[in-house]
Amino acid sequence: MDRLPRWADVVLVPLVSLTLAAIISALVLLSIGQSPVEAFNVMVEGALGSAYGWGYTLYYTTSFIFTGLAVTVAFHAGLFNIGGEGQAQLGALGVALVCLSIDWPHWTLALAAAATGAAVFGAAWAAIPAYLQAKRGSHIVITTIMFNYIAAALLVYLLVDVLRPDGQMDPASARFPEGTALPTLNQIPVIQQFYAVLDAEGVQRVNSKGELMFTGVPANVTLFLALAMAVVVWALMWRTRLGYQIRAFGKSEPAARYAGINPVWIIMVAMLISGALAGMMSVNNVMGEAGRLLQNSSEGAGFIGIAVALMGRNHPLGVVLAALLFGFLYQGGAELGLILQIPPEMRIVVQGLVILFTGALDMMVRMILTRIFGLFRSQRLGAA
Amino acid sequence: MDYGTLLQILDTTLRLSTPLLLACLAGLFSERSGIFDIGLEGKMLAAAMASASVAFLTGSVWVGLLAGIGASLIFAAIHGIASITFRGNQLISGVALNFLASGITVLIATALFAQGGRTPPLSVEEGTRFGELTLPFAEALRGVPVLGPLYYEVISGHSLLVYVALAMVPLSWWVLNRTRFGLRLRAVGENPAAVDTAGVSVVGLRFAAVAITGVLCGLAGAYMATALQAGFGREMTAGRGYIALAALIFAKWRPVAALWACLLFGFFQALALRPDVVEAVVQVKVPVPLLDALPYILTVIVLAGFIGKAIPPRAGGEPYVKER
Repeated sequence: MDRLPRWADVVLVPLVSLTLAAIISALVLLSIGQSPVEAFNVMVEGALGSAYGWGYTLYYTTSFIFTGLAVTVAFHAGLFNIGGEGQAQLGALGVALVCLSIDWPHWTLALAAAATGAAVFGAAWAAIPAYLQAKRGSHIVITTIMFNYIAAALLVYLLVDVLRPDGQMDPASARFPEGTALPTLNQIPVIQQFYAVLDAEGVQRVNSKGELMFTGVPANVTLFLALAMAVVVWALMWRTRLGYQIRAFGKSEPAARYAGINPVWIIMVAMLISGALAGMMSVNNVMGEAGRLLQNSSEGAGFIGIAVALMGRNHPLGVVLAALLFGFLYQGGAELGLILQIPPEMRIVVQGLVILFTGALDMMVRMILTRIFGLFRSQRLGAA
Repeated sequence: MDYGTLLQILDTTLRLSTPLLLACLAGLFSERSGIFDIGLEGKMLAAAMASASVAFLTGSVWVGLLAGIGASLIFAAIHGIASITFRGNQLISGVALNFLASGITVLIATALFAQGGRTPPLSVEEGTRFGELTLPFAEALRGVPVLGPLYYEVISGHSLLVYVALAMVPLSWWVLNRTRFGLRLRAVGENPAAVDTAGVSVVGLRFAAVAITGVLCGLAGAYMATALQAGFGREMTAGRGYIALAALIFAKWRPVAALWACLLFGFFQALALRPDVVEAVVQVKVPVPLLDALPYILTVIVLAGFIGKAIPPRAGGEPYVKER
């Protein structure tokens, strides 16, 4: 078969896949009696049309960068980690335990400790499936799915019977101390100017205490941690010996073995890094937004990591861009529910379609494009 | 625990094992032909929604059953096209279809009935739900000590689909082990090149296997929505497709063993519904979430190979390329 030019492989294939997913999504909307054009406008306006919308879009993006990177690292080792959801929930437990442990004096200290706690708990939850895959050959896809369900059950138990403060009805932990509150975008100097609350004359309003007013949004400093992790993952995978070993193992296990790479070690390390990244996602929602541990805190973000990694072609830069796309989809999808009464499940449909076209029907897109390129080439030859 | 309670739990076990068994046999056909299918969950969910909706709209549970099988077959066809025709990653395709089913069932049910993703309740009297069959002599033999109540309470009194599922076990065994089609199907999962050399279509056999998977998942989903429960609710399959996969591995891809595996997992699900009984037997208060998680924990233990080594079909998960 003819090969595609490199630019087409990197840019055109994902774009065509995305377009196909968008077309099917539009058909789904039509079939339930909604206008795709109107829906798209509502999504763009709600997610990207205001600083407020961006505040939510970037909040979702932050979570998806973490889970997308998690899936990416495992993919490079040839492992399909569907357990990001469970690892994120355990990461949330790590965040909660760290935040509730002492009265934190400053958020920077709390952030460093909570991120570490989240990473350790997430990695620990990935460790058992990783060990079973490495040592006993148990299929990691099935074990990580099982661990998602076990994690959900474990958190229900902990929130109802252990972490819930006396006298509180809803299954949630106590509120985290003041010192763990992370600055949101409307509290960060310079960026906060986008969130200034203005009066009719365009002058920023002042509250009763004489402080300038800003609109609150959930996007917080964790966004910068996520971007930093994208750089770290890039450096790890393409600039270190370990990253090279992970990629070599993922490309060909027999070749990697022959080159003296220890498969047990690579599977364990790749899955521990993957679990740690998935766990760190929970800094964003549990510490940055909710301020306490709630049931089902990750809300499916662990699964979205799969779509983000596939869409981003398993490269950190691609993951960041794909996470932004899914952030838009999530915030826009929420607006669809509010304004057009389209159920939020529409987002899961699009997510499934993106995974289908970019992950499973990749070859179809490639075959179509190769044929089109072949046509152009033969025409050029005919003209000459 | 008295005999009556035990019978109740066994009765529930059989009810809850049925969707697992149908889905497990569905996966068995697919995986024996070399196509991994983690999309059993999605196919069941699609079938549950389609069967409940159509049964309500037409007033006939039979038309609903057909619609459920049809919906499941559509998902099976997409999986077949992605993983056989275009040689895509079978695991990713399965995951994608599960998400697609999870979202689209709620969208369609909401668009049709505007009840937040539920379908209106079905009932046996209106003919929109499967009724319970009383097997012959169940009443007459009820008085026989020990065995009479067992026959009356546990074996008799289920919907038709429960007996269909049980009948599928010997049927699947016979098809796989005693027919030409079954032999070829198993061969294509072990060594597709040899089947191809013999002049039999690998693609055709694999599509046939995927279609059987679609039909059986359709039955499983329809059973969930029109027999076990009275209508569709969002995410009502609750991971049963994955438990069925686990049972399939536990059963080492064999039909009769699949029956025992599914009964075992169904028994755990039945226990999770009766924490009072569990507490009375083990004399310790067992948290309900632990009982809920038990099938998943057991699956991991099984997968870890502590209870015999499970060897999957050799060509499983690998697309077949003619003339490599």
